[in-house]
Amino acid sequence: MYEIRFHGRGGQGTVVASILLAKAFFNAGYYVQTFPLFGVERRGAPVEAYLRLDKEKILVRSNIYTPDHVVVQDAKLLDRVDVTAGLKKGGSILINLKDIPDTMETFSGFRFAFVDANQIAVNNGLGSRTQPIINTAMIGAFARVMEMPHLDMITGAIENEIHVKTDQNVSAARQAYDAVTLFGMLENKCGNP
Amino acid sequence: MKKVLEGSHAVSEAVRLAKVQVMSAYPITPQTHIVEALSEYCTDGTMAARFLLVESEHSAMAAVIGASSGGARTFTATSSQGLALMHELLHWASAARLPIIMAEVNRALAPGWNIWMDQTDSLAQRDTGWIQLYCEDGQDVFDTTLQAYRLAEAVNLPVMVVLDAFFLSHTFEPVDVPDQDLVDRFLPPFSPRIELNTSDPFALGQMAPPTVYMEMRHDIQKAMEQVPEIFSKVEQEFAAIFGRSYGPVERVHCDDAQVIMVVTGTAASTCRKVISDLRSQGEKVGMLKLKMFRPFPTDLIRENLGSVQKVAVVDRNFSFGASGIFAQEIRAALCNRNGHPPVFGYITGLGGRDVTPEILAEIYWKTKNSAFPENESVWVGLNE
Repeated sequence: MYEIRFHGRGGQGTVVASILLAKAFFNAGYYVQTFPLFGVERRGAPVEAYLRLDKEKILVRSNIYTPDHVVVQDAKLLDRVDVTAGLKKGGSILINLKDIPDTMETFSGFRFAFVDANQIAVNNGLGSRTQPIINTAMIGAFARVMEMPHLDMITGAIENEIHVKTDQNVSAARQAYDAVTLFGMLENKCGNP
Repeated sequence: MKKVLEGSHAVSEAVRLAKVQVMSAYPITPQTHIVEALSEYCTDGTMAARFLLVESEHSAMAAVIGASSGGARTFTATSSQGLALMHELLHWASAARLPIIMAEVNRALAPGWNIWMDQTDSLAQRDTGWIQLYCEDGQDVFDTTLQAYRLAEAVNLPVMVVLDAFFLSHTFEPVDVPDQDLVDRFLPPFSPRIELNTSDPFALGQMAPPTVYMEMRHDIQKAMEQVPEIFSKVEQEFAAIFGRSYGPVERVHCDDAQVIMVVTGTAASTCRKVISDLRSQGEKVGMLKLKMFRPFPTDLIRENLGSVQKVAVVDRNFSFGASGIFAQEIRAALCNRNGHPPVFGYITGLGGRDVTPEILAEIYWKTKNSAFPENESVWVGLNE
């Protein structure tokens, strides 16, 4: 079983991203289970969504505490939220980021990846410069990081579910898939376990 | 066709396919997405039904009582504070023998304001004369909603389809939503026994003096006693068309079990995994999933738990000054049976607190390692 945690802010389509990804994996033959962090939804507040994937029926219905993968939709959350909390050793973290961060220490022991989803969204006319709609770009990038599902499953899910600016969202997912920068496993320089 | 559906919408889809004619709801928190989807279906013409937006849950129940008395197939949904506000009319619906179906999303009562998962709201309505069925996952709640109409209309009693807040209501997972013609084969149009009609007027709910009231109450109990047999028949017919059945209780690895855990709702799903992990370590543990709470399946409880070494009941609810409510009922069912096992009561997962595999395993080990319950209730997962 794979467990994935999404971090975002209320209004960024974090829960929708998780549902789209679930539907893409479902169409690729997986059992899926996705749910938001159960709480009060407020625009701008940090939100989380969770996704489980398995080849067998998923029985566990509790929250996810030790994800295999983490997706961060807003790099500013890094100052506020411990995004690697519980992340399994060797797990991946994908961040919506313009450039390589100054320090990578936080991410040692994990597979690090980033993509400038803000720019991709703006280029495709999704949202505004201050409030770009980046969730479809992020799941496109995620398919590259996890090496599944096939990008066609992602674009298929977007076509089925997103009825506003469908082509632009599909194109954002494709561009993000190509644009993602993958670092592989980062060495643990601090010597911490 | 199987699709990825939110638990709330699994209920909405079943209500759509059941061709419900009148629905009512108070649309403010703690209400859920169930009625949101249904109101859209009524607006866009997907359903040919009347959707009555009312000013409170008390009125929501009153509206479906009126519609059901007029011979319509009805539905409403509520949670926590909303269900509590309906209390008076819950008695009315069952005593008037109306086959109303209500989805009840288990949400905690305030204060403190919470609305997360907690079973105390529905269990506090146990004496209102409603059939209560607790659901485990999205497919279960879809299927149960359809079955509820057959059951309710056969015995003329209302049914509460109960689902966990968030862990089921807000969770998306694959659910098989069949075509209308298959559902029509299972669930024919409602043919009411009582139907108010302006062309042949009569009155309902009149005065019932001491000479008849007790018999009316006895009749409700007689109808409740028919439920297990009718539910079993409904399930067989459902299985013949859709290939799935659940039972009032379900045995999971009970045959050689020394400890049987009694679990309800989504925690039963998590517990399946825990049981299978403990089994692979050689532990003789089983689970009895309780789906039907009213009528209480006393015979099945005695049959399945009467001769096991220990019973551990997981309650996500509490009756203050007493104990967990499922544990109370199970103790009561077993007490007149010679040599019945000790019943360990565990309180966990109140107000949305997660019931993790670790919590369920802890409950098993506590039970295995104690000869006898030290207290009526042990609270598990309390913050120190």
